Amino acid sequence: MIEIKNLCKSFSVEDGTVEALKNVNLTIEDGDIYGIIGMSGAGKSTLVRCINMLERPTEGDVLINGQSMTELSQKELRAIRRNITMIFQGFNLLMQRTCLKNICFPLELAGVKKAEAKKRALELLEIVGLPDKANAYPAQLSGGQQQRIAIARALATNPKVLLCDEATSALDPKTTHSILELIREINKKLGITVIVITHQMSVVEEICNRVAILDNGEVAEQGEVSEIFSNPKSSAAKRLVFPDGSDMIADKDENQLCMRVVFNGAEAAGSPLIAKMAIEKQIETNILAASTKTIGGKVYGNMMLSVASDREQFETAMDYLRSVPDVIVEEVAKNV
Amino acid sequence: MFENLFSSEEFIEAVEILKTEFLLATWETIYVTILATAFAIIIGLPLGVLLVAGDKNGVLPLPKGFMNGLGVVINLLRSIPFLILMIMVFPLTRLLVGTAVGTVASIVPLVIAAFPFVARLAESSLREVNPNIIEAAQSMGASPFQIIVKVMLPESVPSLISNATIAITTILGYSAMSGIIGGGGLGKIAINYGYYRYKYLVMVAAVILLILLVQIFQSAGTRLAVRSDKRLRGK
Repeated sequence: MIEIKNLCKSFSVEDGTVEALKNVNLTIEDGDIYGIIGMSGAGKSTLVRCINMLERPTEGDVLINGQSMTELSQKELRAIRRNITMIFQGFNLLMQRTCLKNICFPLELAGVKKAEAKKRALELLEIVGLPDKANAYPAQLSGGQQQRIAIARALATNPKVLLCDEATSALDPKTTHSILELIREINKKLGITVIVITHQMSVVEEICNRVAILDNGEVAEQGEVSEIFSNPKSSAAKRLVFPDGSDMIADKDENQLCMRVVFNGAEAAGSPLIAKMAIEKQIETNILAASTKTIGGKVYGNMMLSVASDREQFETAMDYLRSVPDVIVEEVAKNV
Repeated sequence: MFENLFSSEEFIEAVEILKTEFLLATWETIYVTILATAFAIIIGLPLGVLLVAGDKNGVLPLPKGFMNGLGVVINLLRSIPFLILMIMVFPLTRLLVGTAVGTVASIVPLVIAAFPFVARLAESSLREVNPNIIEAAQSMGASPFQIIVKVMLPESVPSLISNATIAITTILGYSAMSGIIGGGGLGKIAINYGYYRYKYLVMVAAVILLILLVQIFQSAGTRLAVRSDKRLRGK
């Protein structure tokens, strides 16, 4: 279990200090694939670097299975970093070493015997699906292949936690998908806790079970992915879940009343709700935007509806939709 | 100056000198250059590492005063003209080789002049290493010493070779000057015959040989640098 407690980090710059993290509290359970999502500059990378102390927090602490990371000596810290490994956006492989030697690298640092390290590296090449690339140099590989080698390298020391810092941001969608599949597999088969830093909602949707939304150095919202997707509460979460939402609202007519309808699960999404409402209540609605997503095998949909300017009708429509199971309805004000 | 350059007596005489003296002189130039470069690298490379690793953002930050002092000493040595430096290090040369003149003695001032230069070249090579790769090594639990030995140096090998080539060709040029203090080699021949005895043909031949040597060192170094760089291998 990883507990992040009252974590603050500030950097001193020329004109004063910048607070990159403000009192962050998170708990990550063993076996989680935990997403930390936010816009650029939200403090995600700083947060992940505070977990393995690549950045020293200004205040607060990180506890890993009860062990405080800030209290460790440099030597102890180096030893514990073998249990919390990391992959990066830029892969960061040693360009002058073959793939096999890259995977052997952390073992070499740990003082593992050469023959043993090589054996382990070959196993890992198998796991990441590149057994034929042992003697290739990183420059000869595609981005996705390089990230696979980086994953193999991160797994070499049998870590308990894998930190992924924008690990798929430099990859195309198809490769991203295959890398995420690999990470999921590693999480399931090897029981490694994974922390995924990303700015892409699609990444969180695809593999995370829990998520924290970081906004301007603060945790805006955290919880189960399905919960946050179906019912985002903070404005930062809404911006991420409905990236087009705010623009659309800005366009709308002053007098128009809008609501957001979220279908939570396949049952509701499968029935012709809006048509039924039009027939049963004679309320005409206009669909401004709609989308559906599959998260963890369940279908989630969200829809932005506008109703004619009559307040009474609007309330009736809201009540009608609320009565359907697994549907969440909320009025959307301007400037959400 | 050059009017009698191609007169037949001049030519015959020059060929005679070429035959008797050039083989030894070329050999002297080569070994002085290589030895001086080797010593300059032995002293300069660790200093280059120190300049990068000891930086406040480096892997092993050292006290600011020490780093500033190191920088000043290196700059100071680099700003003394080689001709003056040769004379200034006489006492040190005597201490190390027993004499201040001669071919072997000329290696000492060459090393003193070249190691600060080599330190700066090594510094620039090591600074080229992607800081993200160093961060990755730190995230895997590498100690500062491991980062220097297993990441910074191996990752900058191609650049270090290119810069060693620059060092060796520069030292070759300096070694030609050491004829002044009795150092052997092509420089001595050019000065003794060309400058003191007006045998310009001999001087020109010595210069051509020096140019050839620079060309050989440079192209060998460039090739080695390219061949050693695993980033340039196509897919």
